[in-house]
Amino acid sequence: MTAEEIRRATIRISHEIVEKQAGTAGLVLIGIQRRGVPLARRLAAAIREHEGVEVPVGALDITFYRDDLSLIAQQPIVKGTDIPVDLNDRTVVLVDDVLYTGRTIRAAMDALVDFGRPRAIRLAVLIDRGHRELPIRADHVGKNVPTSREEQVAVHLVEVDGEDSVTIERVERPVPEPAR
Amino acid sequence: MTAVEAPPTGGPGAAPPARGWRRRHLLDLDELTWPEIELVLETTDAMKEVLGRPIAKVPALRGRNVTTLFYEASTRTRVSFEVAAKNLSADVVNVAVASSSVTKGESFVDTIRTIEALGADMLVIRHAVSGAPYLAAEIFGGNVLNAGDGWHAHPTQALLDLYTMRERLPDGSVAGKKVVILGDILHSRVARSNVWSLTAAGADLWLCGPATLLRGFEAWAAAGAAAGRPFTVTSDVSAALRDAAVVMALRIQRERMAAGLLPSLREYAARFGLTQERLRLARPDVVVMHPGPMNEGVEIAPDVATDPRAVITDQVTNGVAVRMALLYLLAGVHGEVAAG
Repeated sequence: MTAEEIRRATIRISHEIVEKQAGTAGLVLIGIQRRGVPLARRLAAAIREHEGVEVPVGALDITFYRDDLSLIAQQPIVKGTDIPVDLNDRTVVLVDDVLYTGRTIRAAMDALVDFGRPRAIRLAVLIDRGHRELPIRADHVGKNVPTSREEQVAVHLVEVDGEDSVTIERVERPVPEPAR
Repeated sequence: MTAVEAPPTGGPGAAPPARGWRRRHLLDLDELTWPEIELVLETTDAMKEVLGRPIAKVPALRGRNVTTLFYEASTRTRVSFEVAAKNLSADVVNVAVASSSVTKGESFVDTIRTIEALGADMLVIRHAVSGAPYLAAEIFGGNVLNAGDGWHAHPTQALLDLYTMRERLPDGSVAGKKVVILGDILHSRVARSNVWSLTAAGADLWLCGPATLLRGFEAWAAAGAAAGRPFTVTSDVSAALRDAAVVMALRIQRERMAAGLLPSLREYAARFGLTQERLRLARPDVVVMHPGPMNEGVEIAPDVATDPRAVITDQVTNGVAVRMALLYLLAGVHGEVAAG
């Protein structure tokens, strides 16, 4: 996916979000750390452009809610959460770069309900690559990309990586680190 | 969509970051590198955000057993660890030694083994004997956190002190700032652990107290200077306080005080007590700290303890966040994967 394709997909999703809500009242966009956060800001900027409305944007780190914390060898580095508004009775659109197993989204929903009781939680993703392990689906998708589990979808965004692109890479199985 | 040769940096396909926590125990700060200390402080930021939520609780340590074993009296440290562990959804067991089998003659080693057999994953230990947590770490199969051992170390206190300083100092850094620790340095594990963290942070550190309560620290200061981690030791209160950015008063530890070190508490208060008058020597925006518990009117005057520049209650709040960060980081390092 090129920078231009990412731009068009973002703008289309921003229209879809507003259309689905029949407006922007009560809307809040929450990006999942890390690349969901700049994507949420881009969606908010697009909504500002065509609706003239400033939609609040938040950031959510789901590390503390992961279901594999006791299984992995080292604690992930926490990047920080910032929920700028009271979520009670709001419509929250969770934003992430890639939807895969669905476990991140499960963790994100558990985290969100600790902040309040939103009227609805919806999901917008740039890439849906399939292979769900939980009953979760996205409401807004930039592009459906069929993949195998041996592949890795690499999303790069200017804000984080210095360029906009989506590539599929074949990954070799990670070599376990030698004991020291 | 084309295949790429090498995975770009930072992408989901890239190698995991080199940064990360690999230590199984927290016994003192002498072996921590500055990047490791920074990781603790950054994780503490995330924990402070959790403390500000409507429901200040996350499931990160669900199913873990955190046992506190305190051989010495403590309110704030033990309760702080308990609150921190509960905020992370851990199960907490508190062992108060005064009412335990230790009074029936059970050895330290047997007590640690028993606690492990009862299911403890993480052990928070305070002991009057310096080095006791190191012995516990050799025996215990999980993670050991030192909550204070004798005169030796109190690493979580020094980390919360550093965090609180950075929060209050204008540019968020202690590097180059004059930080004064004033009082009973000799008996203070807080001062010793603070020497490690503050010299690692590059502070202009001054230790000040009566000469009898500074014994041994000149030699340490000389070794520190040789190792590129200098600090100053003095009995001259005015020189120490002049233009200080941070002043931390330490409690006179009467329970550890051998006869002859101090003529009287009154004399100490008159010559070394932190009063408003002495505080005028420091910068107008000086940050006043005290690790508690305070003897008001001895090492710190009551009107200094309640001065708007005093951050003593911030230290207590930040203590919970720092301990949450440490419990979280250590919990990821298990016995079988722990390196070195």
